[in-house]
Amino acid sequence: MVDYFKEDITSLHDKLVHKEITVRQLVEATYDYIDKTEGKVNAFITLNKEAALKQADALDEKGVDPDNLLSGIPLGIKDNIVTKGLKTTAASHILDNFMPVYNATVMDKLDALDTITVGKTNMDEFAMGGSTETSYFGKTHNPWNLDKVPGGSSGGSAAAVAAGEVIAALGTDTGGSIRQPAAFNGIFGIKPTYGRVSRWGLMAFGSSLDQIGVMSRTIKDSALVLNAISGHDEHDGTSAAADVPDFTAALNQDIKGLKIAVPKEYMDEGVDDDVVSAIKAAIATFEKLGATVEEVTLPYTKYAVPAYYIIASSEASSNLQRYDGIRYGFRAKDVNSLKSVYVRSRSEGFGDEVKRRIMLGSFSLSAGYYDAYFKKAAQVRTLVKRDFDQLFEKYDLVLGPTAPTPAFGLGEKITDPVTMYLNDILTIPANLAGIPAASVPAGFSKDGLPIGVQLMAKALDEATIFKAADAFERHTDFHNQVPAFKGGQN
Amino acid sequence: MNFETTIGLEVHVELKTKTKMFSPSPVEFGDEPNTNTNVIDFGFPGVLPKVNKQAYRYGIMVALALNANVTKDTHFDRKNYFYPDNPKAYQITQFEKPLGTDGWVEIEVDGQKKKIGIAELHVEEDAGKNTHSEDGYSYVDLNRQGTPLIEIVSKPDIASPDEAYAYLEKLRQIVQFTGASDVKMEEGSMRVDTNISIRPIGQSEFGTKTELKNLNSFNFVRQGLAYEEKRQSRILMSGGSIRQETRRYDDATGQTYLMRVKEGSDDYRYFPEPDIPPFHLSDEWINEIKASIPEMPDKRRDRYVNDFGLPEYDAQVITNTKEMSDFFDAAVNHDADPKQVSNWLMGEVNAYLNENKVDLPQTKLTPENLAAMINLIKDGTISSKIAKKVFQETITNGTEPKKYVEDKGMVQLSDPAKLTPIIDGILDSNQQSIDDFKNGKDRAVGFLVGQIMKQTRGKANPKVVNQILMTELKKR
Repeated sequence: MVDYFKEDITSLHDKLVHKEITVRQLVEATYDYIDKTEGKVNAFITLNKEAALKQADALDEKGVDPDNLLSGIPLGIKDNIVTKGLKTTAASHILDNFMPVYNATVMDKLDALDTITVGKTNMDEFAMGGSTETSYFGKTHNPWNLDKVPGGSSGGSAAAVAAGEVIAALGTDTGGSIRQPAAFNGIFGIKPTYGRVSRWGLMAFGSSLDQIGVMSRTIKDSALVLNAISGHDEHDGTSAAADVPDFTAALNQDIKGLKIAVPKEYMDEGVDDDVVSAIKAAIATFEKLGATVEEVTLPYTKYAVPAYYIIASSEASSNLQRYDGIRYGFRAKDVNSLKSVYVRSRSEGFGDEVKRRIMLGSFSLSAGYYDAYFKKAAQVRTLVKRDFDQLFEKYDLVLGPTAPTPAFGLGEKITDPVTMYLNDILTIPANLAGIPAASVPAGFSKDGLPIGVQLMAKALDEATIFKAADAFERHTDFHNQVPAFKGGQN
Repeated sequence: MNFETTIGLEVHVELKTKTKMFSPSPVEFGDEPNTNTNVIDFGFPGVLPKVNKQAYRYGIMVALALNANVTKDTHFDRKNYFYPDNPKAYQITQFEKPLGTDGWVEIEVDGQKKKIGIAELHVEEDAGKNTHSEDGYSYVDLNRQGTPLIEIVSKPDIASPDEAYAYLEKLRQIVQFTGASDVKMEEGSMRVDTNISIRPIGQSEFGTKTELKNLNSFNFVRQGLAYEEKRQSRILMSGGSIRQETRRYDDATGQTYLMRVKEGSDDYRYFPEPDIPPFHLSDEWINEIKASIPEMPDKRRDRYVNDFGLPEYDAQVITNTKEMSDFFDAAVNHDADPKQVSNWLMGEVNAYLNENKVDLPQTKLTPENLAAMINLIKDGTISSKIAKKVFQETITNGTEPKKYVEDKGMVQLSDPAKLTPIIDGILDSNQQSIDDFKNGKDRAVGFLVGQIMKQTRGKANPKVVNQILMTELKKR
């Protein structure tokens, strides 16, 4: 009845407004399809079927607002965004039964627009990872090849969209967690400027880096959802007090004269040949559309990964201390002292990758090491930011691959954290600099795995990313490709 | 061997804001556990702090009142440690760039004035409260969690328990005058941690210090330090050495007892709070705050001594709290004689406050009424004796003194034309007293005055009565 591969939010909206389908039918169709696909994909931790159907009936009763494109649109929500009355786990054993008592600001905004929360998507535990393999709730499979990872940490959101389970989903991005899975799944994903979307209600990982964003098959759908969730929030002291433009206004524009920089460090050895070819083809497309593309240098790129892993882990080590077994979440059984509540609840409640980062962060902040690690990393961050500032004086966009490789195999890197961390080298700089960045479908590897091209703009200039990505989308057909997997027929 | 003492004081003061330091929960005491809380105070996943600007403003006021430099570019830091009363397992505080640095207060001990330096003061959030019940469980109450605090850290300038006492008294007075806090030890809005070390006179490095806990009044601070000073010197004199340890003061015995031995220092893994961006304080704001700080106690004391001729001691007592001092100034502004106002405040008013265990603002007494009453005495409308009745009425019920004395017929008889016939009548029926007076027995005058007062039901103006009586006696 509804095929998300043939629809976008606008077309669904038309059908709802013209009563070709009811909201209930749309929601039921969504869950019917999910029932068929989830056994293979496992994109969701929790489904919200009962509440979603109730909400659908209420909306059918009230009537879909013809002026509100998002009314009645089912969305996936990453499971580190707190949803009042809907279990939110961050894919961790330590929160496996956690029921939030309040809503994230993004959820209040979406609720006000009557979107429907289909469920909470799988992810790496506390968003720590690039493959969604660290989840306490099992691995998510890449719909393009079920033996491959969906990327991470927003792997559940990406796979749900790529498998056609939802039209769009919210993800979060601390070091590439929206863009890399978007690339691995052949969809669009945008991490907005740090501060563009409120973090109130986002379970913190690296507070100075975390940002909520959107993932969808089409660029317009992401623009619509980002319009809905952006804006200053009194609850979040780091939220930007800037006006939010209508991102859909950036669509269907001419990009003649757009100045694009390609850092040579982003095309270095270590980047897969198929990826390099796809990016070169993307550059040619942009040039054909009238943009000028020049090679530049971002010399601090090589320090970004170590700086990022120190800063993010340090903040995480502090942020995750609240999971102590005292007030909520998992508490170990048969504990008989305060210390054993702490030690055993946390030892049993956290997975290996989370523990590794807590150790790394605690070490980096400890007396005698702070200057050599945390402080030094903060200095590197300033330099990375300065690199970008200088570049954006001359260029509108920075372009490069989103990830050095297409999706890798399940289990392939999970035992080798350093290799896993290096996979983030191209996405981390945007988080360190706080600038917006997106991954746009840009081709396929010889093995048929999707490849993404990354576009970065100066702070608060998401519109230029949308403008360029949309022009690219209109002149390419990658986003219309359907994974061999579909409807459980793979 | 002679020793010199070095004392360090860390004072925590709760700020008098309506809401918490980083959450909109109310700051209220004595409510049901965990009622004045919200998701921020509970440290739920996803919550973020929001700075209470009024709390920071109070912090700046106190910094300026303590002659400290205000740090214009600053940020908050996280202090990480696990404890059930600390729900985020970190406290938001200021570590790297405290709100104020390098301040001082002047104290006076045995007539000697001395400046005590303040190393730094900073704003932070308070923790909740753990209680350990006899049922075997421990309970956590987060009502206090997030209450705004300033911590004031002294320089190692304090050299005796008496100086420590004087420093605390001065600190309390100054902070109280800014209006930033109630600064009451008994209610926990002021808390004191202290450390003390001694060293042979002339030795340049400090001795090993011990920390004292459970000091719930300024007196206990003084007594605990005095005990600790003696204990340390006894150990050193007998060839022993001081251990770095935390000791608990017991007010029942006046002694200190070992709580725990310190090994190395705690590692709180401080780092800048990423949820609150660094901030800049404008000169404009600081100047505006500076201008809003009320006149400080030392200045007021000098003014009372120099302008009004109050004795030093009286000026000291009146400037003990801002309420008393403001009251004094207001009464004087209502044209009452400053010395009389001071006498009443120190005498009857203080007696009333002590007897009823209330503070001045909780009574019905107004500066206008006290001034009016004092002026009624001055112009002879009422006697000092009647005034005591009027005072009880006005402080209890807020009655206007003039109206009260008129309604109750308490106005004093001062008119000679009315008093003379009464006095003559008394003299006529007391020939014996006249004889006694003539024979040099002064007691007779007292008896006659008593009779006159009795007949006028105490309303006769004693001064006028005395004058007329003497004149009339001489006529007989």
